Amino acid sequence: MPTRTKRLGGSRTRSSTTRKTLPKTPTGITGFDDITEGGLPRGRPTLIAGGPGCGKTLFGLEFLMKGAVQFDEPGVFVTFEETAADLELNVRSLGYDLPVLIKQKRICIEYVRVERSEIEETGEYNLEALFIRLDDALRSVKAKRIVLDTVESLFGGLADTGVLRAELRRLFGWLKERKITALITGEKGEKTLTRQGLEEYVSDCVIALDHRVIDQISTRRLRVVKYRGSSHGTNEYPFLIDRNGIAVLPVTSLQLQHKASEEFVSTGLPWLDEMFNGHGYFRGSSVLLSGSAGTGKTSVAGHFLEAACRNGERALCFTFEESPSQFVRNMGSIGIDLDKWLRKGLLRINAARPTIYGLETHLATMHRDIDEFKPSVVVVDPLSSFEGGTRGEIHATLIRLIDYLKTLQITAVFTHLIPGTGTLSSVEQLIEGGVSSLMDTWILLRNTLGSQGVSHLLIVKSRGMPHSADERTFRITYDGLAADGTQLAALPQSGNRKR
Amino acid sequence: MPRKKTPAPRGKAKEWILRLYIAGHSARAAAALQNLQAICEQHLSGRYEIEVVDLLKHPQLARGDQIVAVPTLVRRLPQPIKRIIGDLSNAERVLVGLDLRPRGRSARVAI
Repeated sequence: MPTRTKRLGGSRTRSSTTRKTLPKTPTGITGFDDITEGGLPRGRPTLIAGGPGCGKTLFGLEFLMKGAVQFDEPGVFVTFEETAADLELNVRSLGYDLPVLIKQKRICIEYVRVERSEIEETGEYNLEALFIRLDDALRSVKAKRIVLDTVESLFGGLADTGVLRAELRRLFGWLKERKITALITGEKGEKTLTRQGLEEYVSDCVIALDHRVIDQISTRRLRVVKYRGSSHGTNEYPFLIDRNGIAVLPVTSLQLQHKASEEFVSTGLPWLDEMFNGHGYFRGSSVLLSGSAGTGKTSVAGHFLEAACRNGERALCFTFEESPSQFVRNMGSIGIDLDKWLRKGLLRINAARPTIYGLETHLATMHRDIDEFKPSVVVVDPLSSFEGGTRGEIHATLIRLIDYLKTLQITAVFTHLIPGTGTLSSVEQLIEGGVSSLMDTWILLRNTLGSQGVSHLLIVKSRGMPHSADERTFRITYDGLAADGTQLAALPQSGNRKR
Repeated sequence: MPRKKTPAPRGKAKEWILRLYIAGHSARAAAALQNLQAICEQHLSGRYEIEVVDLLKHPQLARGDQIVAVPTLVRRLPQPIKRIIGDLSNAERVLVGLDLRPRGRSARVAI
């Protein structure tokens, strides 16, 4: 079994072959169908709850648009709040042309307005007119899906909550009878999931969206609160909203089932390859390059990128401290020509300030970039940028990333800045943080005060291969990193060495 | 648009145009129409026109007047549009809703 089911095809087959679970309707939303093992319960109502701006409406729109375009399931969008213009703009941002879909009778939009100020209530009534409208809309496109966004607005417009509650209960039952896959959005309440307690009426599937801002960094999260008759991930999943819509990250596949490669990838430095049994890093392994400032970490990573491209492989570099052009210029100054590979399209450098998103959002973005570019080597420079998060958070995020890269057999090099002089003893915090234990290979760089441009490199560990136990000295030159002939004696401390 | 008009007016236009939306001929719909006719005869005699729209027959018409509940009475003329939902059993509130009574008085009546 694959560690991560890829996209819809896989999920669909899975849902239809899995016994006992309910039939499901794929949403087409990246990652969501993976974590729910197929999508929303088919022919049943699902509640999606969250605060303002958390992405409920977008989720609903994407569910409908993808339904109409990808799965040939026409749908009705019932909006109680948005105007036609807003809605069209929203849909356009997802890359769909609403007027065309409406014309083709694949989507129907029903605008429902209830203004309390215009309404006087006297005597008994029910919401039969709303049912008639929905029925008419559903018929007009032969709908299989419906989104009610946000049905709770009715409570603002009509005073008799007793009638409303009874009618909403009837509405959800009515939709179920018609076997319409319904998505009902609800505004987050003070103590309850939704302001009007809609979760009492929708018993099949409840999803909560959340948009948190901690230390001025925003992270969006999705949680499947309940999914009757189906297994689902109970974790909170980070998600992104970008030009392609919503992307949920099913990043908990800590299954360690990736196959170990016997293939090698050059480090880009012949003398470093030499230290690794003459070949370089294992393909699909993760390498930690740690060292204090100015020891040449990024340069070692730069050589690796360049070598991969020269080999015709695609390389993706995430840089969190420099802009792409700055990165290229700096590498150029030591004779590593990355510009050439950028132009050939083999190399991509993605730069982001670590503080613009939370850790998980960063991870999400990286996932998406990796999915898009399909590199065979990845460099993250530097990992230490993420120290804003708690240790546990960083650890969890890293595990997810490394696991993902391994699954795809991508060789990854992470640079890591060690404060201070960069001796082994000052690296203890790294070991404590558990970062090094996640890595297959750990290279330590250090320099001596007073000797500018000279650094020492030690392979602390490298799983599954014999490697040099000696510390190598190299110089940072205009032509890259050159090994010095001199070899220093191996450091006495070797507690962390594998062999 | 096909709809039933009571009383069928001929000749000069009425200043009050009221439309009652119902869904099928239920007891509640009948009560609403009866209540409405009584109120109109008493307060708007000769000046009104009532159209009854059965949404079961003309579902599309619910969209235009933004009808969600039945029965709903819509005052189309005079402007602005007013909506009163329910079986119109409380004449005072209907009069307030139609702007035939000031709002303040209805509050006392309602209590």
